[in-house]
Amino acid sequence: MAESTEIRRPMRWHIAVFLAPAVLVYTAVMIVPLFGTLQLSLFSAEGQTRVFAGLDNFRTLFFDPRWAASFWNALWNNTWFFIIHMLVQNPIGVVLAALLSSPRLHFSAFYRTAIFIPTILSFVIVGFAWKLILSPLWGVAPNLLDLVGLKSLFTPWLGKEEYALTTLGLISVWQFVGIPMMLIYAALLSIPDEVIEAAECDGITGMAQFWKIKLPLILPSIGIISILTFVGNFNAFDLIYSAQGALAGPNFSTDILGTFLYRTFFGFQLQIGDPYMGSTIASMMFFIILAGVCLYLFAVQTRLRRYQF
Amino acid sequence: MKNKALTTLLMASSILGSAGLAVAQDKTITIESWRNDDLAIWQEKLIPAFEAKNPGIKVVFAPSAPTEYNAALNAKLDAGSAGDLITCRPFDASLELYNKGHLANLADLPGMENFSDVAKSAWTTDDGSADFCVPMASVIHGFIYNADAFQQLGIAVPATEAEFFAALDKIKADGTYIPLAMGTKDLWEAATMGYQNIGPNYWKGEEGRLALIKGEQKLTDPAWVEPFATLAKWKDYLGDGFEAQSYPDSQNLFTLGRAAIYPAGSWEISVFNTQAQFKMGAFPPPVKNAGDECYISDHNDIAIGLNPKSPNADAAKTFLSWVASPEFATIYANALPGFFSLSSTPVKMEDPLAQEFVSWRDKCKSTIRSTYQILSRSTPNLENETWVKSANVINGTETPEAAAKVLQDGLDSWYKPAK
Repeated sequence: MAESTEIRRPMRWHIAVFLAPAVLVYTAVMIVPLFGTLQLSLFSAEGQTRVFAGLDNFRTLFFDPRWAASFWNALWNNTWFFIIHMLVQNPIGVVLAALLSSPRLHFSAFYRTAIFIPTILSFVIVGFAWKLILSPLWGVAPNLLDLVGLKSLFTPWLGKEEYALTTLGLISVWQFVGIPMMLIYAALLSIPDEVIEAAECDGITGMAQFWKIKLPLILPSIGIISILTFVGNFNAFDLIYSAQGALAGPNFSTDILGTFLYRTFFGFQLQIGDPYMGSTIASMMFFIILAGVCLYLFAVQTRLRRYQF
Repeated sequence: MKNKALTTLLMASSILGSAGLAVAQDKTITIESWRNDDLAIWQEKLIPAFEAKNPGIKVVFAPSAPTEYNAALNAKLDAGSAGDLITCRPFDASLELYNKGHLANLADLPGMENFSDVAKSAWTTDDGSADFCVPMASVIHGFIYNADAFQQLGIAVPATEAEFFAALDKIKADGTYIPLAMGTKDLWEAATMGYQNIGPNYWKGEEGRLALIKGEQKLTDPAWVEPFATLAKWKDYLGDGFEAQSYPDSQNLFTLGRAAIYPAGSWEISVFNTQAQFKMGAFPPPVKNAGDECYISDHNDIAIGLNPKSPNADAAKTFLSWVASPEFATIYANALPGFFSLSSTPVKMEDPLAQEFVSWRDKCKSTIRSTYQILSRSTPNLENETWVKSANVINGTETPEAAAKVLQDGLDSWYKPAK
């Protein structure tokens, strides 16, 4: 029997072979363009030729008063967009999941599907549908408000500087609330019954049971959702572009990094695209997201307590 | 096995298919355009007329969405996959393409002599040495009104600003119609149908526009701030919730007969003719005092150029010469009332509304949009900023003076007029 353990294991080529397609495709469509973008941000155009400019583009972005104003405006709007999702989408997602996992709820499969459906809709459809719903001319929103006698509350939300971004944030919440709901729902279902029964034996039921037993157990999931929300929001572009256009009006009040990047990189109307400044903004987006994810991975996730069952 | 046979069959047919194309004598030339509204006109009128005269050349009109055209075209040209013929935006967008070698010099093209220098101005180099697109059409700004509504309310067509606002007051007091069909949601309506529409009367057309380019006038001068002040007064006459009213909303409001006056560009004529059920009329931007010289924005809007990398350059040039001919001008101007031919030979048009628009060329002085030539070459982009500021002024969130100051400061940051 000793002989068999001495047989050298052959090189396991099949692992490399099976990994190769994914690695190659991912490298070709993600890694190479990413470094291409980072590299492009260090160049600028002089006439028709490309010249190395070092960090000049970043200097322009941060210290030219106009570029800096646009950048900080977009970054703040992006942050506000993220705050809305964290404060509205994720708590609602948790509440919905808790309600859905309640054994006394009828038709829970129907609710689950209905709430999740907007997530699979295209941004263009969502943007267009909500633009119509909220339209002061043909929308149903003014009529519905009129029915309950609150017509005075209606304003053209998408056209007002002070409301437009929040409105879009809430539309995005409406679309994506299904994702945290599903993830939390799965986490809640995976809590073993023994734990719940033990809690009940100790007299912890109802709301107390949720706060003291279930919530700590689903915290890691909430952490993952937060970071997914962060990455998704700072990469957002589609909804704003389809609802407000590339100039992200009114008065740039809904301009986020994605639309700012689009306008700069590809140009808009008479503005001619500037791939170098565009790449600079794209690089900044990458760094911001990288910083956020690192902060989460090293500062938050390592401290989350995990429970093994 | 069956799958394999099918694959072989498909591959064989694709190779044979392309071989068949190469053998045939027909050359296919493709036109890139943002005018997807015109697809039917190209396919049913223009292309058959050309193909009948030029057997052996097939023309494909391949438009994309207007807002995506510039970005998509640039990407295609850089990748070498763009069509043979390129529809040209006016001024710098096309000049940039020419400088990058994406448009061929057409100064020697037979037919170019049919156009005046003004007509070609939007598609020549700054020194005038090269023309890179064949001018197709210009658009004229003004106001289209609901003639039935005007008659019903007993309003005469306004010629001066005072009459214009009196008419608006009367329509508003009556309450049947929304006085002005315009929204600020899409921003460009405010700038193009608002500022560039009424502005030339204030800055005296070409005189002011050229002075601005030379640096002799500034956007903060009264001639450039006053149009903003007038626009700010429009706010009270727009529909409820105009801040969220988009361009198609405005068009529908007017064609459904719910609004009385539509600040327009002449390109609306063909759409409005098919949609509106009432009689329409048009008037040029009102002047300040009766008897003042009037100015209109008669803006070079569309032209067509040659992709130098085209494999069918000869066929494409044949097509371009035809575009420069009076025959094309007549078909085009009548198929698309509101796109006025730039050809020096006068074109007869049937549409009464289009005739009304074009008649202003005789009594008023023509100019082009102030922000298009040279002044929108860099960032901050004057045209885009004008969109945002015009909407702000109408929304009442920024004063005319403050808006003008931001525009001028933005321009000063990169534009140094040649003294």
